[in-house]
Amino acid sequence: MNTSSAKKPSARFAPWDNPDEKPLVRFKNVTKRFGSFTAIDDISLDIYEREFFALLGPSGCGKTTMMRMLAGFETPSEGIISLGDDDIGAVPPYKRPVNMMFQSYALFPHMTVEANIAFGLKQDKWPKNLIAERVEEMLSLVQLRKFAKRKPHQLSGGQRQRVALARSLAKKPKLLLLDEPLGALDKKLREQTQFELMDIQEKLGMTFVIVTHDQEEAMTVASRIAVMDDGKIMQVATPEVIYEYPNSRYVADFIGDVNIIEGRLDHKTEEGIQLAWAEGEPEIKIANNASRSENENACFAIRPEKVHVTRDEPQGVDNKIKGQIDDIAYVGNLSTYHVRLSNGMIFKAQESNIRRLANREFTWEDHVWLSWRSTAGVLLD
Amino acid sequence: MDRKLGRFLLIGIPYFWLFLLFLVPFGIVLKISLSDVAVAIPPYTPTFDLDNGWEGIKAFVGNLDFENYVWLTEDDLYWSSYLSSLKIAFVSTVLSLLIGYPLAYSMAKAPSEWRPTLLMLIILPFWTSFLIRVYAWIGILKTEGLLNQLLMFVGVVDDPLHILNTDTAVYIGIVYSYLPFMVLPLYSALEKMDGSLLEAAQDLGCTAISAFWKVTLPLSIPGIIAGSFLVFIPAIGEFVIPDLLGGSDTKMIGKTLWVEFFSNRDWPVASAVAVLLLLLLIVPIVLFQKQQERAQEAEQ
Repeated sequence: MNTSSAKKPSARFAPWDNPDEKPLVRFKNVTKRFGSFTAIDDISLDIYEREFFALLGPSGCGKTTMMRMLAGFETPSEGIISLGDDDIGAVPPYKRPVNMMFQSYALFPHMTVEANIAFGLKQDKWPKNLIAERVEEMLSLVQLRKFAKRKPHQLSGGQRQRVALARSLAKKPKLLLLDEPLGALDKKLREQTQFELMDIQEKLGMTFVIVTHDQEEAMTVASRIAVMDDGKIMQVATPEVIYEYPNSRYVADFIGDVNIIEGRLDHKTEEGIQLAWAEGEPEIKIANNASRSENENACFAIRPEKVHVTRDEPQGVDNKIKGQIDDIAYVGNLSTYHVRLSNGMIFKAQESNIRRLANREFTWEDHVWLSWRSTAGVLLD
Repeated sequence: MDRKLGRFLLIGIPYFWLFLLFLVPFGIVLKISLSDVAVAIPPYTPTFDLDNGWEGIKAFVGNLDFENYVWLTEDDLYWSSYLSSLKIAFVSTVLSLLIGYPLAYSMAKAPSEWRPTLLMLIILPFWTSFLIRVYAWIGILKTEGLLNQLLMFVGVVDDPLHILNTDTAVYIGIVYSYLPFMVLPLYSALEKMDGSLLEAAQDLGCTAISAFWKVTLPLSIPGIIAGSFLVFIPAIGEFVIPDLLGGSDTKMIGKTLWVEFFSNRDWPVASAVAVLLLLLLIVPIVLFQKQQERAQEAEQ
């Protein structure tokens, strides 16, 4: 669960690491207030061309407001939003080279699929034959050519989603905004559509910004993710970095499952540092962290799948703790063991179920050892 | 068996109701329209007489004819009343739409906590008798009425306007009385419209005004049609408003009907007028029903 899909490693796409690269979208100290409520609190953010950028956070975190400011439905209270070289803060939505796919799809119910897709093109006064050509192109892109003459209410949810996508792509926007685009689809269809979205984005070479509260979705599709909370951006990074090197407890907790152990740092050495977390338990060895110093309070975060569960005391490992199995969550391919430590804390460890259920090694109340390498987890404040 | 009987009863009640209160009276009116006028009580012949048995019935049927209908086509009073009714109903419907649409639109756009109150205000006039409200307009529109006093006080006009007893007063009366029937279906069509549709239109290049023409207006067409029929249908047969507010030259079929019944005491001709009025109304009523069915289908 929650492992990021590996982005194609060939010709690594990372314009954010190149200081000469000019961002396509730039938020500069943007604040948005609604009355006394601050929805967006002094955010600066760069989004690069051809990126699939995800704004991720719980509802009410401000991600939708960010998107609506990009679409032009809200204007920033302070700060500058630029697209290319232009400040777009005050440009009305109908003049922006930006299109949006709405969460509700917002298909015009009185128009056919064809007319919905052609709507923006007619608005831009494209010549008739070019409109027909473009609509045809869009219909084949989303594989809906057979449905051109239907009205939206004659389509399934998945088909409507495709029409909405085709309509928002038709005008070849510089930036496509996707507001929870897959929220209304069931899980299977959602996963399939995620890959289609990625394919389309790659094929068209366009810049996509997606708003979602579904971390798996963000991890799957995005080149970079901005994790938001309470009007602020907590971390902007690739899915891998967000998952493996979260910069805060909030991010670690929001993305995937995590064990967090609070304690006090000591025994700093060349290789790393140690965390004292409970009376009578061995200290946890954590590699690196040269910037940390002894006698600081810190917490250690480690993902359940990086913790091994064994019956016998493991030899030659960096960290090991004894515990007793409190609960087992079996989800088929994986089992998550909830292991009670000596101080009463519940520690989660995940194992792949390589063997069939009947041969499973552990059961409730078993005494087990948990072990992990010193590089498996991170220290957070 | 019992269930079948119960079902039959349940369906039977409305049909029995319609039969008793619509079909039977209509049959009587239709019969009178085929009779001849007479100085008698009731003022027409033949009357139904069962004393003479089968011969009596035969004589009765033999005495019925379409004379009155022929008469209606010959005297252009009736034609012009029909046409004038259609015209007045049509113009009133258009006026109601022009006034009602902005009203319904602003209600639908009002903050949601205000909407029940606004809706209440639209319905509020129904709490007073229709007749009294039309009478009240006499007080407003007459030469020395409130409107003229106000206009002269403000200085818009020097001499009082002559509004009462003209077609203008009839239009005012009809639009005033039937406006709620226009506003309510329009409001319900506009209120349930998804706001993101307008945002989508703007996102795709529409200004707010062109988004209104391309999205809001087409989507409110069911409301426009429903509201227009609800004003048009009763306005055609309206009698009270043209009688109280209209002038002697305001011709409406309802008024003509009344004159035939009560002034001329020519029940057969009056009944013929009534039957034709009904036939005239059947067309828009059927159209209205069709449209309602379509609207319901579209919603599913």
